[in-house]
Amino acid sequence: MTAEPASIIGASVERLEDRPLVTGRGRFAGDVSFVHQLHMRIVRSAYAHARLKAVATEAARALPGVVAVWTADDIADLSPIDFREGPNEKLAPFRQPVLAREYVRYAGEPVAAVFATDPYIAEDAADLVTIEADELDAVIDASIPASEFTAGLTTEPTVCRQGYGDVAAAFREAANVIDMDLSVGRHSGVPLETRGAIGHYDAARDVLELHGAAKVPHKNREAMARMFGRSTAGVHLYEGHVGGGFGVRGEIYPEDILVLVAAMRLGRPVKWLEDRREHMIAANHSRQQRHRIRAAVDAQGRLIGIDDAFFHDQGAYIRTHGTRVADTACGILPGPYRLPHYRVDAHFRLTNKTPAATYRSPGRYETNFVRERLMDAIALKLGLSRIEVRRRNLVSPEEMPYERPLVALGDEVVLDSGDYEGLLNKALERCEWDRLEREAAERRKAGEYVGLGLAMYVEKSGLGPIDGARVNVHTNGDVEVITGGASVGQGFETVIAQVCAETLGTDYRRIRVVHGRTDRIEYGIGAHATRATVMTANATAVAAGKVRAKALDMAAQLLQTEPSKLTIRDGRVVNSDGSDSAGMPLGDLAHHLRPLSSTRGEREPGLAAEGWFTTSHMTYPYGVQVALVKIDPGTGGVHIEKMLIAFDIGRAINPMLVRGQLVGGFAQGLGGALFEEFQYDERGQPLSVTFADYLMPTAHEVPEVDVLIAEDAASTTNPLGIKGAGEGGIAAVGAVIASAVDDALGGKGLITQIPITPQALKAIIDGQKS
Amino acid sequence: MKPASFSYHAPTSVDEAVALLAEFGPQDGRVLAGGQSLVPTMAFRMARPPHLIDINGIAELAALTVSAGVITIGACVRHAAFDSDILPGRTGDLLRKVVQNIAHYPIRTRGTFCGSVANADPASEWCCVTAALDGIVVLRSQRGVRRVPAAEFYQGVMATAVEEDELVVAAELPMLADDTRTGFVEFSRRKGDFAIAMALVTYRLENGAMIEPSVAIGGAESHPRRLREAEDVLRGQKPGGAVFAAAAEAAAAAIDPMADFNNTAAYRRGLVRTLTQRALESAE
Repeated sequence: MTAEPASIIGASVERLEDRPLVTGRGRFAGDVSFVHQLHMRIVRSAYAHARLKAVATEAARALPGVVAVWTADDIADLSPIDFREGPNEKLAPFRQPVLAREYVRYAGEPVAAVFATDPYIAEDAADLVTIEADELDAVIDASIPASEFTAGLTTEPTVCRQGYGDVAAAFREAANVIDMDLSVGRHSGVPLETRGAIGHYDAARDVLELHGAAKVPHKNREAMARMFGRSTAGVHLYEGHVGGGFGVRGEIYPEDILVLVAAMRLGRPVKWLEDRREHMIAANHSRQQRHRIRAAVDAQGRLIGIDDAFFHDQGAYIRTHGTRVADTACGILPGPYRLPHYRVDAHFRLTNKTPAATYRSPGRYETNFVRERLMDAIALKLGLSRIEVRRRNLVSPEEMPYERPLVALGDEVVLDSGDYEGLLNKALERCEWDRLEREAAERRKAGEYVGLGLAMYVEKSGLGPIDGARVNVHTNGDVEVITGGASVGQGFETVIAQVCAETLGTDYRRIRVVHGRTDRIEYGIGAHATRATVMTANATAVAAGKVRAKALDMAAQLLQTEPSKLTIRDGRVVNSDGSDSAGMPLGDLAHHLRPLSSTRGEREPGLAAEGWFTTSHMTYPYGVQVALVKIDPGTGGVHIEKMLIAFDIGRAINPMLVRGQLVGGFAQGLGGALFEEFQYDERGQPLSVTFADYLMPTAHEVPEVDVLIAEDAASTTNPLGIKGAGEGGIAAVGAVIASAVDDALGGKGLITQIPITPQALKAIIDGQKS
Repeated sequence: MKPASFSYHAPTSVDEAVALLAEFGPQDGRVLAGGQSLVPTMAFRMARPPHLIDINGIAELAALTVSAGVITIGACVRHAAFDSDILPGRTGDLLRKVVQNIAHYPIRTRGTFCGSVANADPASEWCCVTAALDGIVVLRSQRGVRRVPAAEFYQGVMATAVEEDELVVAAELPMLADDTRTGFVEFSRRKGDFAIAMALVTYRLENGAMIEPSVAIGGAESHPRRLREAEDVLRGQKPGGAVFAAAAEAAAAAIDPMADFNNTAAYRRGLVRTLTQRALESAE
């Protein structure tokens, strides 16, 4: 491509999408309404585990304003909610029914749905529905022996196994064996905007519409069409503004199915908005795992093998993701280290809690904690520094691309590029590690509980295999990029516009980016797995490249020159040598390419093109996090004095947005490290159902974060060389905070679970004193 | 998260309000002041009062006055009133220190001092203040006026001496002497949360020795109260690390801490020791 004066890729330009958001004119699910709409309220099980005997709806039906009350019998024709990646016979019996039949398996499970003319009446009526049931024992610990799920099936639907090499031999030859029992608490994405779904059947067009969609509209359209026996041409999903996705928003849940079925059967639009308490017990949980992990290490501290058996607490049912989180955990656990022999068994267990699935950095937040605790333990056992033990194990740049015989997200793991030790050195220098370490040691000697922690990790991004985009220049010169991507608030429109602007030579502010609309483009994979920028931006670059070529070709004819002598600057085709500065605006060229234009010649009508980008593998950004913490021995409270995130993403399209992703991710990660946990009592009753009990970190708890964005290792899997940033901030926060807190306690490996609570720390410190 | 239906009443005088309370109080009618506790519990339908008596339109309840050594805080005075320096003297200084721990500023602009007192959450800072300073809660009903000392007012977790026809019209606090030292420390996992425990201390010095000590603990027991055992350790002693530690130990020993899912009684007892000592050390 011709070099332009200043590249817009790499520029921290302002976000295109902010004007409606900061002026209160956005359109979130709650802002979508249709005339004559009904409001849905879900009646949820108060039991964690029970056999249903009767659900009485008469009193609710009798309330004026109530149009219908449904139980499982009213929708007996609907199948349970299927897996996103298609049918799976083995896991099928564990899918969640839209409304509970025969059993309820978690407190919060939908048992009935009330449809009424206003949301207050709907809630009044829901209170009148009574559930008669025989309570059963609740399973709340995934690591106890499996029990019966239903006749002939246990609460362990499957064991996900991965591995390679000869693990038994590795442990035979090991100079040292380290074994640990490590746990990650149950927490999840808790977006500011709760879920919402508005079902609308447009009989005039015979189209069933779901508004309030997010994340994966096209995939969900396919699944819904399959479920309802409709053509995909007659089902459309519409994504508005999304107040945070984080993995939990945009999956198919019972409520989405109910508003659509009700819209068809009741003949009126149906609106449902989740309330906060519902979100805490109904939207996907995540993270909870207990790992019993052993490492075989040689005399120099090099890993020979890892043998891990972990228990994945899936909750009551297997939802749309199937076993993806556990699978990914297995595939990504080795991180940035060489690992000759590896075996992992993931016991995928059902319990009587809200079902679990992906939350930002699924499988990595957990395993980064586990693996980095292990690396610290190896350092302790061998008397090495935590830095040195990592240096001895890091995959080197010369070994790239580094193939592991493992699978993550259905994709073979091939670490495409990276200089892990190089980034480690940069991070250590940036935070002045040696000084911090010395000072922390001095302060500990003086009686303070100060600790320094470090974590290294490999992220994954750019899940393929394919994505497309269409670029269309309008006759006034404005450009529309129609994508099958989705925006969950991450700045998608801005980034795609920047990439299009770079290729097309036009102002990014004249580019509109369409996303989350199944009626505008046939295919799309949406926004998940840190894929949007990698996949959609590369597809956009392909499409924009074609439009550019077409514009130059058309202009060359009109200007009686060669396309190779032309370029595009500021939205005008001009001579590349700088002569004739007036040029020809792109809008004029679009005009010449109208179907009826006499100058169009044999060219296809329209200054537009479609582009596709295909990739065979994901791309792997990587990072280093450093934290300095201080524990108050009198209360057990943890204060973070210093925090660094160093992250290599190959090429940053908009560094400001990358920074925002990393810092925002850190804040969420801190929740899982110190605050957030969905707790249950022994009967399976949820104890964390409000923001008073489920502690999200606030501005007071989140420290200033130093961010080092590195661009040393461009991705080799895509022409733009980019890797995703969406999950790099959160991925290692549990790991690094645990490492730092442990160091503050003397570096003895005492921190084996997160979240770390003040009560637990005070007990450890009081125990050390006495 | 939609409250059940209720009737809304908006009296413009205390007489009118207590007349409404006489009628609706026995039917679980509730007083609405700042609404920062009541409204969320109604949204969750954990509270379903059939009648709400909104006292925000009663002008006389908005007054914050100082007279004859007594601060009178009307029922509609917001927490945020104490963020500013309108209240003079050592009591004003103490309330300014304490108010920073109450939730967050936007909440403080709605919630009221007397609302917190009437709600009697064990971890309410204002309940702890009224206990420490031997404040008085002024109650009105059609039957007349009752002035209840804090030590008798708080009776348990969210349980007080208020009868169902009574309205908390004011809380009274003494103006502390100008040489009073005060200290307040609390601990919560996040800033602005209800504290797991808190300690409030006041004392004066006479010839270098502590006199009139007050040590009150909140959040740790069903309601805040003064701990005479800790005060006895301080009385007549010179302030200093050893005596503060001894008083903190006495406070920790004297309490009967609540236990909940995340905080054992032992943890709360340890916190009371830490916080009492820190409140004493930071008293100024």
